[in-house]
Amino acid sequence: MVVETQFARFDSLDLDCGETLHGVDVAYETYGALNSAKSNAILIEHAFSGDAHAAGVDHEGKPGWWDNMIGPGKAFDTNKYFVICSNVLGGCRGTTGPSSIDPSTGKPWGLRFPGITISDMVRLQKMLVDSMGIERLLTVTGGSMGGMQALEWAVAYPDSLESCIPIASTARHSAQQIAFNETGRQAIMADPDFNGGDYYGGPPPARGLAVARMVGHITYMSDESMREKFGRRLRNRDTFSFGFGIDFEVESYLRYRGSQFVNRFDANSYLYITKAMDYFDLSAGYPSLAASLERAVCRFLIISFTSDWLYPSYQSLEVVNALRARNHDVTFCELSSNYGHDAFLVDAGEQTGIIGGFLARCMKERRAPEVCR
Amino acid sequence: MKVKEVFGRADYALISELIPNRARVLDLGCGDGALLAWLKEQKQIQARGVERDRDLVQKAIARGVTVYQGDFENSLAEYPPGAFDYVILSQTLQEARRPLEVLEGMLRIGRHAVVAFPNFGHWRVRLAHLLSGRAPKTALFPHEWYNSPNIHFLTVVDFEELLARQRWAIEKKFFLAAGRDVRALPNLLAEVAIYLIRKSEAD
Repeated sequence: MVVETQFARFDSLDLDCGETLHGVDVAYETYGALNSAKSNAILIEHAFSGDAHAAGVDHEGKPGWWDNMIGPGKAFDTNKYFVICSNVLGGCRGTTGPSSIDPSTGKPWGLRFPGITISDMVRLQKMLVDSMGIERLLTVTGGSMGGMQALEWAVAYPDSLESCIPIASTARHSAQQIAFNETGRQAIMADPDFNGGDYYGGPPPARGLAVARMVGHITYMSDESMREKFGRRLRNRDTFSFGFGIDFEVESYLRYRGSQFVNRFDANSYLYITKAMDYFDLSAGYPSLAASLERAVCRFLIISFTSDWLYPSYQSLEVVNALRARNHDVTFCELSSNYGHDAFLVDAGEQTGIIGGFLARCMKERRAPEVCR
Repeated sequence: MKVKEVFGRADYALISELIPNRARVLDLGCGDGALLAWLKEQKQIQARGVERDRDLVQKAIARGVTVYQGDFENSLAEYPPGAFDYVILSQTLQEARRPLEVLEGMLRIGRHAVVAFPNFGHWRVRLAHLLSGRAPKTALFPHEWYNSPNIHFLTVVDFEELLARQRWAIEKKFFLAAGRDVRALPNLLAEVAIYLIRKSEAD
């Protein structure tokens, strides 16, 4: 089934930094059918480098980034549910971001694009969901940065979702996570082609962006998965080159992934979105994480993975325990996987059973519309 | 070994008698969530479970039970006082490292605690020990000493002594052997003991 990316335009969006964006575009896709009560809608939040194309195949035959999880009979079963996925604010895949045209100058925004936050992204998604006439989503879910957005939904719009499924995620970045993001940003800005963010129309800072992506890929895998996938194997050779070309398989893989990334991702979006992740703190403005989560009324299913060292289980447990501390309805499961942080994308098997069961229950035990705050 | 493995589904009927409609219930070591799912269906309870085994946790979630993957001994501290009407511990007290702390925790977060345990005072266990001169092995305690999950062996008398020392009140108690009620000499004849307890009024 070929899916079409659709677009919506909103007049303006107020941002946390105090500025207002005018004429904001949102790219999104939908799968399955909305029921007449509009009670079966699921909002999928993509991770850092994802986009609106979450499932099905596009015109080039490319499957969506979570196609193993969304579709008929899958975890997010499109025979039962209406699934929405939109590209985030600040992105480069159809939603307004730093590579979009600044209406006041007629040129790409570049670094003149205002700073954005996870809650800005969520505010824009709320406008999209409202425009579809959906008052309450059955669930909001996503992995990694997608999980941050899901958590933000639960606190910012508590009456607008029945349940929340943050996967391999956190309520706030640790110093280590910020450090990896900053390394990526510095690699981009150190590239001579970066030109203060004004590289549109010329060569992009491809080398810097590729290095940033290489670092990212290391953090998405685990020591074990890298050992299994590459080990110390050499690439198309039996002896060392005693030079600085490609000796090892892992070098080849990282270079390939880095160079591929440049074709589909904008360096300025990299800067803006990673900064939004680093700024995110669900407890900001509250005395504690538990206090911020007191706003939430939805059910939670929180999933982490054993080998994920980028978003370790303790970060999920921080949210789980804050919810348990007030006996909130929270289910927690740490799934076993060797894939590291990538597990949420590639390990569909066990996620399918638990998400399917959880969603069926959420559908059955929906809150009455009047049970609102 | 869980209660239901000893006497079929009799524990469901029994626990169902103890637990009123719409109660808030926490099941420690909830396994695949079958009991909680059943109580939800029958009694519309607010169900929560704690289970250590990852595969069982996934089964419980798949059947729509709210469950927390963790060790029950270390999972009680996060819950607020009085969060539950009933906290159930079926057949794992003897596996706890610190059974007294577990019981204290249960009565902190729950108004009532349901505690079931295999009775080490049963005559078969006594006889096995006496005659063989070895760590007792029976249908109820089928493990070798070196691979047994049971680390604290207790009897009906031991348990009641502890309750008295803690000044905890017994609201109800049941004794069973081979799935039937035991009416006399429970410390000698009961294979499984089930207690409904609470803190005494003075506390």
